[in-house]
Amino acid sequence: MKIITRKLYYLIPLLIFLGLAFFFWRGLGLQPKEVPSALIGKHVPRFILSTVEDENAHFTNKDFMGKVSLLNVWATWCISCRVEHPILMDIARSNIVSVYGLNYKDNRQAAQQWLQRYGNPYSKIAFDGAGRVAIDWGVYGTPETYVIDKKGIIRFKYIGPLTQQVWQEQVLPVVKKWQNS
Amino acid sequence: MIPELGNFALILALCIAIVLAVIPLLGAQTENYRWMSIARPLAYGQLLFIGFSFFCLAYAFVTNDFSVAYVAENSNRHLPAWYRFAAVWGAHEGSMLLWVLILGLWTAAVAKFSRSLPPEVIARVLSVLGMVSVGFLLFTLATSNPFLRLLPNIPHDGQDLNPLLQDPGLVMHPPMLYMGYVGFSVAFAFAIAALISGRLDAAWTRWSRPWTLAAWCFLTLGITLGSWWAYRELGWGGWWFWDPVENASFMPWLVGTALIHCLAVAEKRGALKGWTALLAIFAFSLSLIGTFLVRSGVLTSVHAFAVDPKRGAFILVFLVLVIGASLLLYAWRAASLKSDMHFHLLSRETLLLTNNILLFVAAVTILLGTLYPLIMDALGLGKISVGPPYFNSVFIPLMAPMLFFMGLGPVCRWRQMEGRLLLRRLRFTFLVSLTLGIALPLVVTGGINGMVVLGMCLVFWVALTTLQDAWYRSARRGGMLHGFVHLTRSQYGMIFAHIGVAVCVVGITLSSHYSVERQVKMATGDIVKVGAYRFEFKGVHNIQGPNYRGVAGEFALLRRGREVKSVTAEKRTYNVQQMTMTDAGINAGIFRDLYVSLGEPLGDGSWSVRLYYKPFVRWIWLGGLLMMLGGLCALGDRRYRLAARHEEERLAQLPTQ
Repeated sequence: MKIITRKLYYLIPLLIFLGLAFFFWRGLGLQPKEVPSALIGKHVPRFILSTVEDENAHFTNKDFMGKVSLLNVWATWCISCRVEHPILMDIARSNIVSVYGLNYKDNRQAAQQWLQRYGNPYSKIAFDGAGRVAIDWGVYGTPETYVIDKKGIIRFKYIGPLTQQVWQEQVLPVVKKWQNS
Repeated sequence: MIPELGNFALILALCIAIVLAVIPLLGAQTENYRWMSIARPLAYGQLLFIGFSFFCLAYAFVTNDFSVAYVAENSNRHLPAWYRFAAVWGAHEGSMLLWVLILGLWTAAVAKFSRSLPPEVIARVLSVLGMVSVGFLLFTLATSNPFLRLLPNIPHDGQDLNPLLQDPGLVMHPPMLYMGYVGFSVAFAFAIAALISGRLDAAWTRWSRPWTLAAWCFLTLGITLGSWWAYRELGWGGWWFWDPVENASFMPWLVGTALIHCLAVAEKRGALKGWTALLAIFAFSLSLIGTFLVRSGVLTSVHAFAVDPKRGAFILVFLVLVIGASLLLYAWRAASLKSDMHFHLLSRETLLLTNNILLFVAAVTILLGTLYPLIMDALGLGKISVGPPYFNSVFIPLMAPMLFFMGLGPVCRWRQMEGRLLLRRLRFTFLVSLTLGIALPLVVTGGINGMVVLGMCLVFWVALTTLQDAWYRSARRGGMLHGFVHLTRSQYGMIFAHIGVAVCVVGITLSSHYSVERQVKMATGDIVKVGAYRFEFKGVHNIQGPNYRGVAGEFALLRRGREVKSVTAEKRTYNVQQMTMTDAGINAGIFRDLYVSLGEPLGDGSWSVRLYYKPFVRWIWLGGLLMMLGGLCALGDRRYRLAARHEEERLAQLPTQ
């Protein structure tokens, strides 16, 4: 009897590992890089946030109306955001589409310094220090980029850093399509 | 033709690995010596075929054979030859081939250098390594074959290697890291072999100790190189990011560090044997989990490898088989181990075990932080991301007591230490560390910062107790100088490695708290003061590299009005991928780095420029190198060489059957 309880005790590492493996298996099904279907085709969630530049200014879901826009979720502590930053600068310079930012779980001052340092591709940036609004948007991590059409409906979401290839092949066609509709 | 030969060689290697995984183990279980004896030749054969396969892929890269899809995706005619070779492991498929090559190397090395081991032990160890090899070879061939062709439309030129990877760091960092990762498979194989035989005694710890140390040295070097690479290449002076992939290499390192200390306890004192076996399983399991996280795409990371759910599913199945079976075996065997804790509360064993647990808990918290977003998402509890604030706030409180106990450990005796004696030995050292740790930052900077004081007190504590311990040991061996020269290499190893930790903590503490950074607009001739240094902007000129164009900004460093050094910071645009990279200009020094990074042009001939003064940042990597040096020293200890020779002589004297 005693030896059996002892054996059970030594099974703990195995049980913990199997629990972990279960989450890995679920994780494989989740595929964070793929488009979560739930939000596509829906209106952007309602929100009111201040902007990174100005605590008293407002950024709301109404800002997306009337034109096709990109919303890029970023943070100063996110390295991948630094990697994709030059691409966003290029997009902003090309004037094809207006680029908005959602500064996620960050510090206002750090964000301002970051923009000063690397350049600011965004026409307006919502400041979401607590990350509450990001939850409504279904933000998995940073960076993420959404395409929103003229009526304020989310049409596309890309998770992970944008590259020139992703922009040309995946995001730009969506932008063009909704600009022409 | 050559790529097909490579593919064929890889398939043959798989066949050899399957035989290696089965026959010698069966031989060991049934005491069939002929079956056991084929383990060695199979290990060499496997290495030969994997090596040939690797050579074929490298040949395709060097000769620009763009009919091979992997080459076309990761190379280019204008890529310098050096990087064309390193590009072999520049993406997923090739790095898997590098992985199996290194596994083949370790397997062959075990076969070669373990002649003195009993035949059934070596047969079991090589079989376990063979099983791991079967898994990875199958994975490479089935889901990530680097030899697939692009026919009939052969591209004229390749898509070039990711510019982030075009750095000397790429040439060195992945092979070293993999040597470490995969090296833990040897410790794992020894532990599993011991568990299979049911003889979990001090012998297996003695056999596996040098292998574990060697793997740990490589991993230490790999992580150090990776940190240095990130510092140079990402252009903002950071050296650690708590990225999932970095964590994937750091967790096995923490557990591996616990393991090498535990092996010492198990070998010298016969204690903690079950825990040691479990750590050996964990160290390798974390390496495998790291691979899964990086390659399956369940987490997003800067080290984004080509992601394919099929690959993730394959590794997950492999993971469950390997780790699940090992832990089941552990549960079955370790339960029958007799408890053998013959030490008192205050003893070196207790301190080592405490730090073991701290290191292990640190690894677990990092694992938790890395997986937390995944777990929350899988449970449908919302999507969350975990950043550096979490890791810093859980890691530092664990490391501070660890550093404190690290100072106590070597001075403490095995089995039992009298509290009063320990107090008498260390009270002076304690006071000196406390005084220096508070006084030095106060005198130099004129201010007090809690974290700096804590860090520096611990640094002095670790360094001084290590030196004090070296002094005691030298005194016991016939006086200061004479004794010091005659310390064993293991003792040198410990001294170097522990001083290395202190050096590393100096670097981390001072560079994170006293760095100065300025973001300025500079026109030609402008002078900007950063800390005690002045930077003069000498202007930019165009540059043309083999596969990139760009501008280089020249800066002069002035001290007392005279130019002492010049630094060049570049901004490159790579032709094929149209990616802009900053190549920071760094003036490195032992006590400070001056770091210049060129930003955007601001129109009127002026540029946005970032200037950094980073005190003691090199000490972080210097500390890493010292730790590795310590490991190498311990590896060269006389005991291993003597033990090997004795056993060989003993075997030679046995009557041959």
